[in-house]
Order: sequence, then structure tokens, then C-alpha cells
Amino acid sequence: MTGFPRGARRFAACALAVLVAFVAAGCGEPAHDATVVRFWAMGREGEVVTALLPEFERTHPGIRVDVQQLPWTAAHEKLLTAFAGDATPDVAQLGNTWIPEFAALGALHPLDASIAGSSVDPHDFFAGIWDTNVVDTRVYGVPWYVDTRLLFYRRDLLEAAGIADAPRSWPEWTRALAAVKAHAAPGHYAILLPMNEFEPLLALALQQDDPLLRDGGRHGNFESAGFRRAFGFYVDMFRDGYAPPVTAAQMSNVWNEFGRGTFAFYISGPWNIGEFERRLPAALQSAWATAPLPGPDGPGASIAGGSSLVVFRAARAKDAAWQLIEYLSRPDIELRFRELTGDLPPRRSAWRDPALAADAHARAFRDQLERVKPAPKVPEWERIADEMRVVAERAARGQWSVDEAVRELDARAERILEKRRWLLARAAAARDAAR
Amino acid sequence: MTRERRSAGRRHVAWWFVAPALFVIGVFFVLPVIAALAMSLTDFDIYALADLSNLRIVGLRNYVELLQRPLFWTALGNTLYFVAVGVPLSLAASLGAALLLNSRLARFQPFFRTALFAPVVTTVVAVAVIWRYLLGTRYGFINYALGALGVPPIDWLGDPRFAMPAIILFAVWKNFGYNMIILLAGLQNIPHELYEAARIDGASAFAQFRFVTLPMLAPILAIVGILTVAGYFQLFAEPYVMTQGGPLQSTLSVLYFMYEEGFKWWNLGNASAVAFLLFLLIFAVTLVQTRVVRRGAFAQ
Repeated sequence: MTGFPRGARRFAACALAVLVAFVAAGCGEPAHDATVVRFWAMGREGEVVTALLPEFERTHPGIRVDVQQLPWTAAHEKLLTAFAGDATPDVAQLGNTWIPEFAALGALHPLDASIAGSSVDPHDFFAGIWDTNVVDTRVYGVPWYVDTRLLFYRRDLLEAAGIADAPRSWPEWTRALAAVKAHAAPGHYAILLPMNEFEPLLALALQQDDPLLRDGGRHGNFESAGFRRAFGFYVDMFRDGYAPPVTAAQMSNVWNEFGRGTFAFYISGPWNIGEFERRLPAALQSAWATAPLPGPDGPGASIAGGSSLVVFRAARAKDAAWQLIEYLSRPDIELRFRELTGDLPPRRSAWRDPALAADAHARAFRDQLERVKPAPKVPEWERIADEMRVVAERAARGQWSVDEAVRELDARAERILEKRRWLLARAAAARDAAR
Repeated sequence: MTRERRSAGRRHVAWWFVAPALFVIGVFFVLPVIAALAMSLTDFDIYALADLSNLRIVGLRNYVELLQRPLFWTALGNTLYFVAVGVPLSLAASLGAALLLNSRLARFQPFFRTALFAPVVTTVVAVAVIWRYLLGTRYGFINYALGALGVPPIDWLGDPRFAMPAIILFAVWKNFGYNMIILLAGLQNIPHELYEAARIDGASAFAQFRFVTLPMLAPILAIVGILTVAGYFQLFAEPYVMTQGGPLQSTLSVLYFMYEEGFKWWNLGNASAVAFLLFLLIFAVTLVQTRVVRRGAFAQ
């Protein structure tokens, strides 16, 4: 270094010293031999789940959880892209209607063996919710939180119209809708059914005995008597002027409008309990309530929604992944999760918690959850449900009759399910040939 | 070394210079286009993603089925409506604004130039929120202003008859500033002597516009027109953030239709076919436009 000026030499010496210090510090740290579980979670759940993980890492030394948060709007695409690029995580939160699709892809690891003999007791979960995770008798996920749709209503507006109790059956419901509408100010309605959501119609359709698809999901079953009845009931709420033909986006603020009394009934999910408690003025807090969804004759079924935790087939740390799922499914952890998010737990034992049992708004959900049914478990279902929404909008706006609408819906489902029929026929032919 | 050999050598060297660019174009443009064309001849979907043996080569069936689907024609009709109304409106707004800015009477020119250009550089998602408020049925400013004129409230984004006009209004407002800047540059390039001569001949302001401004601006107007048509055919962001294609699919554009087929439902075969049909359409329209422009140029 003799040829260098003095400043440069001093700089080089300092740099060397810093480098040595870094290396020494690196050696001083414990080696990272912990198993890393890569966990993808969506939206609010992804943000708050990190608060539950320190305890898991403390009780499970040797496992480190690496959480990645996905926005809901991009989650589906991101998961499919990850699958295509062999970059799936170990554990992920999956909307339970996506499970059939990812199971069909062969992306998920069946959990039957892990569940047997673990603290995850299938019979403790609400049956309809558990069922959404079962595809062809194999279990692919454990419910994390549940989500269903039922009635939010304004008790004061019903009382003003002479209705004392929440309706329990369709005839009672129709009577209540007519009474509220008759008492409503001009521009006010009896019920809000946002036209950009298929869920209210799906809930009514699930109350029927006829399945939505027939022959093992090969054809639509929308011309059945049951679906016609549900569809007619839904469309009539618009045609009779009980529901405004609007989307949720047009109701620029649903909570304000509910507070103003623009509508007295609203079919929505558990997240709105917190929203109404936060956004409605104190004077209205005792005026709103929740009630199970009325069925054709007596309390009816609703949708088994929510998210599940799944393990991917390509996961490197399957054991550690299952331990994380088992931990997050503990009733006490589910309750802490509920405190953080407001999400409702999927296990009956968690609902025995005094605070949750005493929550008047949640009680209707506890009741409804015993009567939830999964949507048809075929990968094409979301697309068919979207067509259902489009067709229902046309019928509600009076462009199509119920007959025309259900025939059109069957035709659209027939086209969407074409590939599925071909695959099933090919598999059947292969089985026959093997025999 | 002979002259030919030297020039051949130079050509050789030139290839080396353009090679990186050609390579990038080949990998990131030509290859994907060929792959998309190949994909449009298959029924690539999530089943094929799971296992390539589930892929069927279907030839032109995607195209045939698309042409038989009412929804595709709805999307195409909506897109043509948007182009047919939106492009002339947008060009008129750009030209009008450019003329005003170029006028010697205009004050605070830099301020207005920036203000009118601002919508172009704002994010579409952010301004869509504001426009949704402006277009609101009950409390929106536009209905408030129309109410002062005695027009009953219009459900802009909820009524299938008014949703597309609302989208056109939004898109024109969002985009006219870009063409305005280009036209303004064109206007400033017109020599002053021409206007002086016209004034000496006693030409009115309108006659000056008709016989000096328009002919001098014609080449720029032609380019701006072609670019705007090609851009407006690719309508997507505005309905995506404002209406999600609704109500009653009255704002569903061809590109939005493609997006739903491809990225919502993962039918990439179908989506590629839509993309190619849209490409052919834009290509054909641009071809006609350039023909018309060239003939116009010869006629002069």
C-alpha cells in the first residue's frame, strides 16, 4: 500500500476494521437452523395474525413463521400464479369457496391423517362449515373463521309499521316488507339487496331441497322447482318495489343510509356488526338487531362462507405447517383472534365463551351457523354464481321473466361446465379401460 | 479492402449494434405474441394449469364461440359506442382548449396549461373516487347543477342508459389534456405571416381557422386522431374503477371482457382469442384511417 496517499490508506484500514466487526457479529449470532413456515394470509386477518404468532414461536421452539400479507383483490390471482410457478407457501388462508378449485389443481395436501388424533375435532366445528373443506371425501382445510349472511334490521322501523318480531318465514317476511314499505317515506325502501352481490340469492336458493347443480356437477339445475321458487321470491322483492335496483357502490355509504332509514332490512355478514356498532349514532344502537334468515316455512339455511387454513402439496415444512394450523384452531386462540378482527369462530366450544355468548348481535349468527350449507363444490362455481347475479339483475329490472331467466342460467351453466363434463367422461373411460 | 467489403463489414457491425434491442423486442414482444396466438387455439384453463394433458387443441373454436356469444357483441357494441362518441368529443375538447391557450388574449397561460394537463397525470383510481361523488344520484354536484336548470336527478352510474355517457365524460376529461399539449405545439408552429396575410385579405376569424389553422394542423390532427382511436379502443381502467362493467353490462368493454375471461375466470385460451380479435379490429381501423389521411394529403 506504499504507493497510496495516506488518506486512502487510512480509509482502507477503517473499512477492514468494519468488515471484521461485521463478520465477528455474524459469528456471534446463533445459526438459523429453525424450520421456517411460510404463511400467506389476506386482508385484515393477515395484518393481525402476527400478534398471535410470538406465543406459537415460544411454545414451538425451532419453528419460525414468516407471514406474507396479500390484499384480497389480488389473492386469487397471486395464489394461482404461485402454483403455476412452483412458489406456493407452506400454509395459506383460503376462502372456502376456492378449496374445490385448488383441490382440482392438485395444489393442496390432504389433512385427514394430521387431523386424526390431533386436538382438531371435526365434530366441534359447525357441520356446514366443515363440509366446505371436504372434496370427494378428503379434507383439505381447517376452518379459521366463519362467515354467513343473515338479516340486519331496524327494530324501530318495524315497530312503527306494526311488526313486533323479526320474520321467521317467507310469508311473515313478505308481510313485514309490505308493511314497512307502506309506512316508508318516499324514496325509502323495505330492504337492500345490492345487485353486485350474488350472496342473498344464493342463500335463498340453498334453502331449497333441490341442489343447484345435478349429475355430479355436470349440469345446472336452475330450472328445478326449488330454484324457481327462490329466484321468484328474490326478483319479486324488486318488482314489488320493496328493494331498490341498486349496487352497493351506488349507495355511497350503506351505514349512513341504514341509519337514515332508507331501508329497514339488509342481508349481510358478520363484519357489519362491528361496522354498525362503530358508525351508527348512539341513539340508534338499540334500534338495530340481527336475525336468522327466514326460510320458506320457518328459519332457513344460509351460506357456509369464511376462510380455511390449508397446507400446500409442495410445502417443505408440512409438519410445522400442521402445528401452526392446530395452534390457530385452538378455541382460546380463536377467541383472541375474534377480539382482534371481529371474525366469528368456527368451533362450537369457542362460542361457549361468556363474552361471545352474551353478545346480542352475534347470537343470531350462532343460531344461523347450525343451518349453513356449502355452495356446489366444483371449480367452476364462482363463475356460475356470477352468471346467476347477472341473470338475476336482468330479471329484477324486468327484462326477463323468471322462466326465461332460469332457462338462460341453465344454458350458461351448461357451457361453463363443458370442460368438466369432458374431463369426467375421459376419467370414466380410462377407468373402464383399466377394468 | 474494396468498398463493398468495407460496407458489408459495416453492415455486420450495425447488426451487432441493434442486436440487443432486437433481442429484447424478440423476447418481450414477438415471443409472447406468438405464444398468445398459439394459446388462443387451445382451451387453456385451470385444469390445463394443473396438468397439461387436460389441454385440448381446439383450432378456431374459441373464435367461433366468441362470435356467437351475445356478451362479446355487447362488449364490442359498448366499445364502438365509446370510440364513436368519445374520440370526436375528446379531439374537439383538446383542439378547443389548445386554441384558447394559444390565443393572444389568454392570460395566465402557464397556469391553465398545467391545470388542464393535470387530469392526465393524476391516477385514475383517485380521480374516479371524486367523480363517483360528482356523479352521485342524491348528493352529486352534477345532478345539483342540472337540478338548477330544472333537469330531474339522473342515476348516472346506475342507469344502463346513462352509465356509458358518464364513462365517456370521465374519460374525455381525463385524457383531453394530453392531445391538447400536442395540438398546442402544432399551433405554435404555424407561421404568423399566414394569419397576417389572411387578415390583410379580410378573412374573418372563422375563415382564418378554416383555411389557415386546420390545413396547417392537419398532419398533427391525423396522428393525434389515429393514436386516440387506438387508445380508446382499449377502454378498461375507467369502467373497472367506476362501474365494474355494470349496470346490466352497459359499460363492459372488449378489454374488460378479456380481463374477466383471462384473469378472473382463468380461461386464458378464450382471453387470448379476444385479444387477437381486438388487435385485428384496431389494426383494420388504423389501416383505414391512414388510407383516408394519405388520400387527403394527396388531394391537397
